[in-house]
Amino acid sequence: MTAGRRNKKTRWSWIDLLVIAAVIAFVVFVVVRVETVLRYTWNWGHVMPFLAYVDEDTGRWVTNLLLEGLILTMRLAVIGIVISALIGVVMGLCRISNNLFLRMVARTYVELVRNTPPLVFIFIFYFFLSSQLMPLLGVDDLARSDSEFVQWMVRMVAGDPSLFSNFVAGLICLSLFEGAYITEIVRAGIQSIPRGQWEAGKSMGLSGFDVMRNVILPQAVSRIMPPLANQFIILIKDSSIVSLISIQELTFMAVEVGVSTSRVFEVWILTAVMYFVICYACVIVFNWLERRAERSKR
Amino acid sequence: MTENQDPIIRLTDVSKFFGEFQALKSVNMEVQLGERVVVCGPSGSGKSTMIRCINRLEEHDAGRIVVDGKELTEDMGNILAVRREVGMVFQQFNLFPHLTVLRNLTLAPMRARKLSLKEAEEVAMQYLERVQIPDQANKYPSQLSGGQQQRVAIARSLCMKPRIMLFDEPTSALDPEMIKEVLDVMIELAREGMTMIVVTHEMGFAKTVADTMVFMDHGEIVESAPPSDFFTAPESERTQLFLSQILSH
Repeated sequence: MTAGRRNKKTRWSWIDLLVIAAVIAFVVFVVVRVETVLRYTWNWGHVMPFLAYVDEDTGRWVTNLLLEGLILTMRLAVIGIVISALIGVVMGLCRISNNLFLRMVARTYVELVRNTPPLVFIFIFYFFLSSQLMPLLGVDDLARSDSEFVQWMVRMVAGDPSLFSNFVAGLICLSLFEGAYITEIVRAGIQSIPRGQWEAGKSMGLSGFDVMRNVILPQAVSRIMPPLANQFIILIKDSSIVSLISIQELTFMAVEVGVSTSRVFEVWILTAVMYFVICYACVIVFNWLERRAERSKR
Repeated sequence: MTENQDPIIRLTDVSKFFGEFQALKSVNMEVQLGERVVVCGPSGSGKSTMIRCINRLEEHDAGRIVVDGKELTEDMGNILAVRREVGMVFQQFNLFPHLTVLRNLTLAPMRARKLSLKEAEEVAMQYLERVQIPDQANKYPSQLSGGQQQRVAIARSLCMKPRIMLFDEPTSALDPEMIKEVLDVMIELAREGMTMIVVTHEMGFAKTVADTMVFMDHGEIVESAPPSDFFTAPESERTQLFLSQILSH
């Protein structure tokens, strides 16, 4: 995809210049409006300490709300990607299973998630299920465990042990929600492999499992990767909705800081930049992985 | 040995439906060990469906199919056993594009026959020699010509050491100049005594190798005869019409 674009010559037409001029004009207009009409006085110095500040007693840097929120968002993202990918692969295989029951379970899951708004899904999950599910899974006991290893794991996963069960609820919400889309990506990837590949494998006496593992999946993976990477980036951005069930990730913290400082513009621009940086970093990593996979194929 | 052994393939009153459409109508056929059967007929006549029922890529809806003493039913063990003895070559080759030619050939013997890598590679090279492309072993299918790909596909089936080979229009997707190299491999295979069922429109090939010609139309076997009778004195009018169309150009 990128290779094709690189080969094309870049030529400027008057339409490009017009578009650029329009964009610049719009930005200038907005800045002028903010300055003159809203009479907004920018004060970045007031907001930056919410990332990190120097403790006057110890003289060391201490992370503050926004950076802590960012770290929790990244925790949600990394673990969420792993769990949703697992859900997606398992449910994707169920979607194309010969077993009617498995197909129905997977189909129901996908349709329930896809046809409800994310917010509604998360509220239902949080208020009705999570209050029942968390004690059942023993999540609270885990956070209060005496074992040092468990304590260490809890801190690694959620940061603050007292917020562990809350974090797990948010994580499961997010993973279940994104997992449904990944299910469809996995299903479509597998079904995009021509039927003849199945037939050739079967005609040689290979079991269904062997055909899947040696013939279909290796081919499907390279087709699944690009949409999967895209879905992972969507997951990172969607993680902001769990702020509504009081998971103290970046968006939650931004609301807090925005309200308490009333530096609304600065806080949200800063937040947007932080989201952009982690998402764009992922884009770069995924593109690199994709190119490497492409190269190793031949 | 007596002439009338048990047939290695026996189809008894086999019917197959695709929804409302009846693709096979009570088909009866017997194939002896070592017999070469060429099946012809207009498109949509059920030729492919019939041979795809023999290794159960399609499930028949009525009748019985017995291959090498095993009846094809829901029993997965039986199906896998039959498929290991029955090789199939497809119109579209269906090579595995993500594997080299050599890995295409070694996959099934290793997974389904439990050969070691070394044994499987030896068998594979032996069959690549036979289809005369041992030098392409480490290339990917997409780097080969159509004729070479189809020869690899034949070698891939032979690596399982099948007792029966099914060919589903093996030359229909090939450019004209590549048809001969594939047919030569098939003629060679016939000479060595392989039991073969070939769906094809290559009548020259049919005359060379066939013991029995089968003509199908509308899901029925209309005529089944030795080539000498089939080409010179076909009994049915439909066969006569088909032959006049296919042989006239």
